[in-house]
Amino acid sequence: MELLVCIKQVPDTSEIKLDPETNTLIRTGLPSIVNPFDMNALEAALAVKDKYPGTRVSVITMGPPQASVALKECISMGADDAYLITDRAFAGADTLATSYTIACAISKVQEDQGKPFDMIFCGKQAIDGDTAQVGPQIAEELGIPQVTYVCGIEVNDNIVRTQREHEEGFEVLDTPMPMLLTAVKSLNEPRYPTLHNSIRATQYEVKTITVKDMTTDPKRLGLQGSPTRVRKVYSPPMRSAGTMLTGAVSESVATVMDVLKQKELI
Amino acid sequence: MFEEYKGVYVIADCFDGQVRKVTYELIGQARLIADQLQEDVHTLLLGAKVAGEAQSLIEYGSDYVHVFEHPLLARYTTDGYTKVITDFFAQNKPNVILIGATNDGRDLAPRISGRMKNGVVADCTILSVSTSDGLVEWTRPALGGNILAEIICPEHRPQMGSVRPNVFKMPERQEGRQGHINQVDVQLTDADIRNRFVEMIKVDMNDVNIEEAEIIVAGGRGMGSPENFKILEELADALGGVLGVTRPIVEKGWYPLSRQVGQTGKTVAPKLYLAFGISGAIQHTAGITGSDMIVAINNDPEAAIFKVCDYGIVGDAMEVAREMIAQTKAIKG
Repeated sequence: MELLVCIKQVPDTSEIKLDPETNTLIRTGLPSIVNPFDMNALEAALAVKDKYPGTRVSVITMGPPQASVALKECISMGADDAYLITDRAFAGADTLATSYTIACAISKVQEDQGKPFDMIFCGKQAIDGDTAQVGPQIAEELGIPQVTYVCGIEVNDNIVRTQREHEEGFEVLDTPMPMLLTAVKSLNEPRYPTLHNSIRATQYEVKTITVKDMTTDPKRLGLQGSPTRVRKVYSPPMRSAGTMLTGAVSESVATVMDVLKQKELI
Repeated sequence: MFEEYKGVYVIADCFDGQVRKVTYELIGQARLIADQLQEDVHTLLLGAKVAGEAQSLIEYGSDYVHVFEHPLLARYTTDGYTKVITDFFAQNKPNVILIGATNDGRDLAPRISGRMKNGVVADCTILSVSTSDGLVEWTRPALGGNILAEIICPEHRPQMGSVRPNVFKMPERQEGRQGHINQVDVQLTDADIRNRFVEMIKVDMNDVNIEEAEIIVAGGRGMGSPENFKILEELADALGGVLGVTRPIVEKGWYPLSRQVGQTGKTVAPKLYLAFGISGAIQHTAGITGSDMIVAINNDPEAAIFKVCDYGIVGDAMEVAREMIAQTKAIKG
């Protein structure tokens, strides 16, 4: 089988701090990581490869040249090949233009290798944007079925049985290949790199795909191909700080209880 | 340039033939947008047998309900819903589309946007209409809730966005409100739907829905141990509320994801939110700011949670919880 994992290099948003004086974001010095849900997607693909010998796992990302670091991390975990889609023409892309570009690159890789990817794995969303849109939009652009929020995978011949997280329970679905799925955290525990693969990663040369390597409609790329525009960005308004109760615990609690009684919450 | 694109459309979110609450929250917002634009509110209602729900959608503020009934629409499928909705929108050109940011809605919205090649803004928390150009301003948190981004869709129609449940209040129901119900001719066959439904594994039905709770007693890392959460459960019982937790507690495996409050968990808007041993990371507070009243208990007077609470008690979480249980029982008798 041919498997593809779509990843994104993101700032580690759990490390974001606010400047206590100005209440603005401290953006500098944020470490770059592979989007955590994409690591679950990669692990899922590698698990399929472990079970079906002869399977190849490729990873692909769109981003600036330094995103190759993230791709090499995936090689160190056991991916076979890595593609970086990078070009100034892609700058300013929103989710629709991004997924169009990635779908064009996937089509090019499929042509080059002479066969389509049987399964495409994405994380459920990236932690910097949290939109959860690029996976489904890639599936739509490629015309293949999708299953989102996947927390269980079983592959049987050309059918993928997935468990999908839903507010009402877990939905079990059978989907024919080729298909795309998006992974949630509970799907698996990503493995550690092996020494062998780590050495391979340092020597591995990431394959670069630029705009001239693909067949694209230039009107659908970058800022020009993006229907959405960010008009402004600002820090969320703070709720005003309330009354601090610093006396004896019994008194503090009594004060709160009086308020709850007034508001008929008790 | 977009004169033929008219109306604010809501795609109803249904499960088992029942309209979910987020749909009414969306209709409330659609009503506000439509009134400013002097347009109508339309709701798309899809299912096997759902026409009985149409009147209540009208009473909550819809002017038109378009009913799509077909056995293959009984449950949500990516292919089936995308097809019938985009077929409909090829004939009826909407100005604005609102979708609930549930797992099904977040599966559907990008798929529709990909097919119609229009923009979509995920998980909006503030919706407004620009007084200068009449564009919908979609505001959403990004970077883990650390910033808010206001997004517009100037040169494409429809303008589309998804909204998380519980971000907006339900509008008032107006009994007897009049509207139009339109039965849509659904063209759908088995071959259109590629995902085969096998089964639905229901989760523990005893578990609570924290999104609907009026009182939430929440605990974070400062609680120390799983045993200490028992006292919070006891307090929640005494107050008639439910227990919520922060992300680290779910990651430790002490409570399931269904209890998690915050950016990666549930957005909640209870009448009372009691935060025990919660430091107040923005990823958490982003999910509670809709609460009517927040009371925070932490032994660190510098904890960030004190900046967003109405009342802050500096003290030991266990001691305060025990005292609250005692005083609650004394009041309730």
